[in-house]
Amino acid sequence: MPANQDFIPETKINRDLLRPVIETTGRFYLTVAILGLVVLNGLVAFMYQMATGMGVAGLNRPVFWGLYITNFVFWVGISHAGTLLSAILRITNAQWRRPMTRAAEALTVFALMIAGLFPLVHLGRTWTFYFLIPYPSQRGIWPNFRSPLLWDAIAIFTYYVGSILFLYISMVPDLGLARDRVGGWRKEIYRVLSLGWRGTAREWHRVKRAGTIMAMLIVPVFVSVHTIVSWDFGMTLVPGWHSTIFGPYFVIGAILSGVAAVITLMIILRWALGLKEYLTLTQFDNLGKILGAVSLAWFYFFFAEFLTIWYGQVPEEMAVIRHRTFGQYALAFWVVLFCNFLIPLPALIFKRVRTSIPAMLVLTIVINVGMFLERYLIIVPSLARQRFPAAWGSYFPSWVEISIMAGAFCGFALMYVIFAKIFPIIPIWEVKEGQHIQRST
Amino acid sequence: MDKGRKYWVGEYPDIKAKFIPILCQQCANAPCEPVCPVYATYHNPEGLNTQIYNRCVGTRYCANNCPYKVRYFNWFDPSWPRPLENQLNPEVTVRSRGVMEKCTFCIQRIRQAKDKAKDEKRKIRDGEIQPACVQACPPDALVFGDLNDPASRVVRLAKSERHYRLLEKLGTEPAVIYLSEVGSDASQSRFHSRDKDKP
Repeated sequence: MPANQDFIPETKINRDLLRPVIETTGRFYLTVAILGLVVLNGLVAFMYQMATGMGVAGLNRPVFWGLYITNFVFWVGISHAGTLLSAILRITNAQWRRPMTRAAEALTVFALMIAGLFPLVHLGRTWTFYFLIPYPSQRGIWPNFRSPLLWDAIAIFTYYVGSILFLYISMVPDLGLARDRVGGWRKEIYRVLSLGWRGTAREWHRVKRAGTIMAMLIVPVFVSVHTIVSWDFGMTLVPGWHSTIFGPYFVIGAILSGVAAVITLMIILRWALGLKEYLTLTQFDNLGKILGAVSLAWFYFFFAEFLTIWYGQVPEEMAVIRHRTFGQYALAFWVVLFCNFLIPLPALIFKRVRTSIPAMLVLTIVINVGMFLERYLIIVPSLARQRFPAAWGSYFPSWVEISIMAGAFCGFALMYVIFAKIFPIIPIWEVKEGQHIQRST
Repeated sequence: MDKGRKYWVGEYPDIKAKFIPILCQQCANAPCEPVCPVYATYHNPEGLNTQIYNRCVGTRYCANNCPYKVRYFNWFDPSWPRPLENQLNPEVTVRSRGVMEKCTFCIQRIRQAKDKAKDEKRKIRDGEIQPACVQACPPDALVFGDLNDPASRVVRLAKSERHYRLLEKLGTEPAVIYLSEVGSDASQSRFHSRDKDKP
C-alpha cells in the first residue's frame, strides 16, 4: 500500500473483497454466456477438425506447424507472469505486490491449462494422445525421451503442479475467512479447501514458510520451462530455428507478454469488480517500470539474433531472414518491432503514461499483439523457407484454427471469471498484513 | 517419392531448368528420428528410416526436422472415385488421416525378397529387390541395391567420380547417392555446387 494512502478498515476490506464472491450481477451471467458461446464455437471447430482431418487447418507442407503451436508458445509465455511477479516480488519482499499476487498466480494456472490444450489440438490423431504419456503398457513401449516434445510435456506439467500449489498455499487463510463469512453452497467448498484453517500463530508461520519455499522453487522451474519450449525449435536443423539464443530470448519474451497480460487483467478486474482502492496507481506505475525494462531486454535479444545471422550471411539462414523482414511476413515483422519496443519503451518512460489506466490498457494489449506475432514470426517463415527452394511454401490460418484460437482466449477468460467469482481474487490477508507492516513503521 | 523438383541453372538468358527426383534419403543419421516423441519413426536394422503408422500421433515434428522435406502428412483420409479403389496395392495398408507418410523403399518388396531368399536358403541376389520407382523408370536412372555388398551394382556406380549426396554437410549420412550429369562440369550445376558449400 502506498504511504500516502489512508488505511482501509479491516471490516471494509473483508466486505469489499468478498463482495464479488457473494453478489452476482446480471453482468456476470451475460459475460459467462458470451464467453461460453465462443468456447462452444471453438469446440465445434475442433470436433470438425478431428472428424475431417488436419487438412481443414491452413497447414500444408512445408509449414507443418502454424497457429496452434504459436498459441501454445504464446500461452506458455503468458503463464510466466504469475511466478515472475508473485514469486520474485515475494522473495524480494516488495510490499506493493500484495494486492496483485493472486491475480497473477491464477493467470499462470489458467494460461497453462490453455497452453496445454494446443499440442493436443495440433496432433494429427488427437485420440491417441496417451501414447505420449509414460505409462506401463503391455506392449512395453515408452515415449521417446530424446524428443524435445517430451521434455516440454514434463516441464509444463511440473510447472503446472508447482503453480497450482503456489496459488493454493497462499489462498488457504482467505478460504478460512470466506468459510466463516459466506453462506450457501459455497460454504462447503471453502470448508473443504481451507483445510480446517484456524489462524493460529503456528499455521500462519507455516503458510508463510511454505509460500517462501514455493516461491524459491518455482523460479528455476519457470526459467527452465520456457527454455525447454524454445528448444522445440532450437534443437532442430531448421534454418531460423537452430539457435542457442532461443532459450533466454523466449524467457524474456514470456516475461514481456506475461507482465503485460497481468496489467491488462488487473485493469479489467479493477473496473469490473470495483477495486480502485486496492489495485492502485502504485501497482501500475511499478509494473510499468518492469515492463519498460523487459521491453528493452527483449529488443536486445531480437537485435542480437538478427545481427548475428545477418553478419554471418549463411545463405539458408538469410533466406529465412529476408522472408521475415522484407518478404511475405514483412508487415508482421515491423508490427512486432513497433508493438514490443518502439511504441512501449518511449511511452513507459513517462510516469504520466504508467499511471494512466487507459494508456496502460492500450499499451499492454499492443505488447501482447506484438508478442503473439513474434511467436508466429519465429515459427512460420522459418518453415516456409527451408533449404530447397522447390519445397518452399506459405501459410495462412484457416477459419477452423481461428475459431479454436478464439475459443481458447474466451476459455481462458471464462475460467478466470468463474475463479474470480468463487474465490477472492485479491489476497485479503496479504492486504491486511501490508497495512499492519506499514502502520508499525 | 517426391514428384521431382525443378532447379534453375545459370542466369537469364542462359538459363536451364534442372529436374531432380528427391525421395527419402534414408539417412544413417536421420534428423527425423530423435524428435518423434512416440518412436513412430525409427531406424530399422537394415538402415531404413521406417514409419510405424499406427504408432504415429501426428505431431509432424519429424517433417519439420527433415532437411529434404520428404515427409508427407495425411491431412485427410484418402478417397478415390469408384472403382479406383481396386487399383490399391493389396500388399500395403491404406494409411488413415493424421499420420506421417514417407518413402519406405517399398519395404513390402524387401520383405518378400528376403522371405523368398530364406525359403530357398540363399542370399538375396543383387537387383532382386526393385522398389516401384526403380521398376517403373524406363531409362534405368534409378538403381537399388546393397551398399554393404562390394560386388553390387550400386556400389560400383557409387564409386563414380560423378557421385554426390544431398546436403552432405549436414552430416545426415544419406543412403541415396546421386550421379551428376554426364559431360557437364559438376561445378556448373547450381544444385551440385550448392550441395558442397551452400544449400
